[in-house]
Amino acid sequence: MRDGPRRLRSIRGQAGLVALALVPAAWLGVSALRGTLGANPVETLEHSTGEWTLRLLLATLAVTPLRRAFGWAWLAPYRRTLGLLAFGYCCLHLSIYALVDLWGAWDTLLEDVLERPYITAGFTGFLLLVPLAITSTRAWLRRLGRRWIVLHRLVYAAAVAGCLHFLWLVKADHREPLIYLAILALLLGARVWPYLRRAVAPA
Amino acid sequence: MLIRRNRLAELPEREVTDRSLYLRRRDLIIAGGLAAGALLLPGCGRAEDAPAASTDPARSKSPVRSPDGFTTDETPTPFEDATTYNNFYEFGTDKGDPSANAASLVTKPWSVAIEGEVAKPGSVPLEQILAAAPVVERIYRLRCVEAWSMVIPWRGLPLGQVLARFEPTSKAKYVAFRTLLDPDQMPGQRRAVLDWPYREGLRMDEAMHPLALLATGMYGRDLPGQNGAPLRLIVPWKYGFKSIKSIVSIRLQDTQPETTWNLSAAGEYGFYANVNPDVDHPRWSQKREKRIGDFHRTRTLPFNGYAEQVAQLYAGMDLRANY
Repeated sequence: MRDGPRRLRSIRGQAGLVALALVPAAWLGVSALRGTLGANPVETLEHSTGEWTLRLLLATLAVTPLRRAFGWAWLAPYRRTLGLLAFGYCCLHLSIYALVDLWGAWDTLLEDVLERPYITAGFTGFLLLVPLAITSTRAWLRRLGRRWIVLHRLVYAAAVAGCLHFLWLVKADHREPLIYLAILALLLGARVWPYLRRAVAPA
Repeated sequence: MLIRRNRLAELPEREVTDRSLYLRRRDLIIAGGLAAGALLLPGCGRAEDAPAASTDPARSKSPVRSPDGFTTDETPTPFEDATTYNNFYEFGTDKGDPSANAASLVTKPWSVAIEGEVAKPGSVPLEQILAAAPVVERIYRLRCVEAWSMVIPWRGLPLGQVLARFEPTSKAKYVAFRTLLDPDQMPGQRRAVLDWPYREGLRMDEAMHPLALLATGMYGRDLPGQNGAPLRLIVPWKYGFKSIKSIVSIRLQDTQPETTWNLSAAGEYGFYANVNPDVDHPRWSQKREKRIGDFHRTRTLPFNGYAEQVAQLYAGMDLRANY
């Protein structure tokens, strides 16, 4: 009973986060219908949903380091929401590519996934996120116990795959994908750092 | 060889076909940016009494193409798209950057240095270049190495006729082109994304081919800055990056020139860069392309559909090795 107001606050916060994160998707949808996505709307949709996948994935990975660094315990419940939102954008991204861009060109689709390193990386990232999305419920968390934590470390691999996917598709101007990779490196470094310090420092 | 027989049969009729298509094309060009819309309307009217395949030129499996390749009845890309979706890294690497930034390009006065193995070298004012050959109008497909494509009505001069005016010597085996280098006008050059200035080149026989065009205009008006004003190359059977923009130098030489994208990633961008669905870019497929304005991808044709006109230039060459 005493944590009633806190819970209400949390639900409001979660709803707010979801609403906020769906703004880009809604904007893309409206723009697509109005025909204001530029000369290559399918490409715009692909690039935009891809970038939002990476942003949300990095935001997911930022939750734990921020919580630890600043003692922001209230952040913890948002990690799953952010992760699921990232997965949602990833599904949109993949669907637009496979079902709109390459509609009917199934041979190209298969070849892309198997032979094009950037698409292989991107598709691997998606596959890694699938079990994480499925086991994101409280019931699965209880059922898997400690193994849940081990399983969900796949998110690191998924994020690396996603960033490489971006880096490898760029022709010459690598600044943008390198920014994503740098943030990812920082977030992964924040997790490794305590172990390194403990290993180096005398007991 | 069966294909050859067909080609030869059409040779005597070239002139006639050419002229009638010119007339049709001019109608399209006068319509300018509205060409796409203008085409759609008669298409609707015909729908009842014409076979389905010919009601929509864009969807037609075998569009009417003149035997010389100078024109096509494929729907021109909307002017708005062709001038806002550009690769011109001198003005930024996003597709919208060139149209946003190209206003800083000063194209008057403009001169082109004609250099190297020519009897008449010199710094030639643009007006003089324009007087070197008859102005022609062409509707070409443009296929980018990134697997998108457009159909664009150009205005320009046949490159071979312009070169002939400056009398290439017997040592002229290649033509090297260079884009303006001026970071004040071209903000993209302030970062070394590519090895500036942008350079491209052709073998002499490619440059002399009637399809090779020095363009000065598109859609019935002068070239916008983002499309390579005031003078750019158009080589419709090669990937778009070969069609160098805002040219300030044309040098004839006896060695194969260095080319910018080849210097940037030799394994991905060859000197020849002929459109070839059978040779993929190392990182993506070249089998299909996104025609701007279409929803799904269409199949890419060898030499971008100009095989009949240009394939003999590469007879006996291994197109896998010479990508």
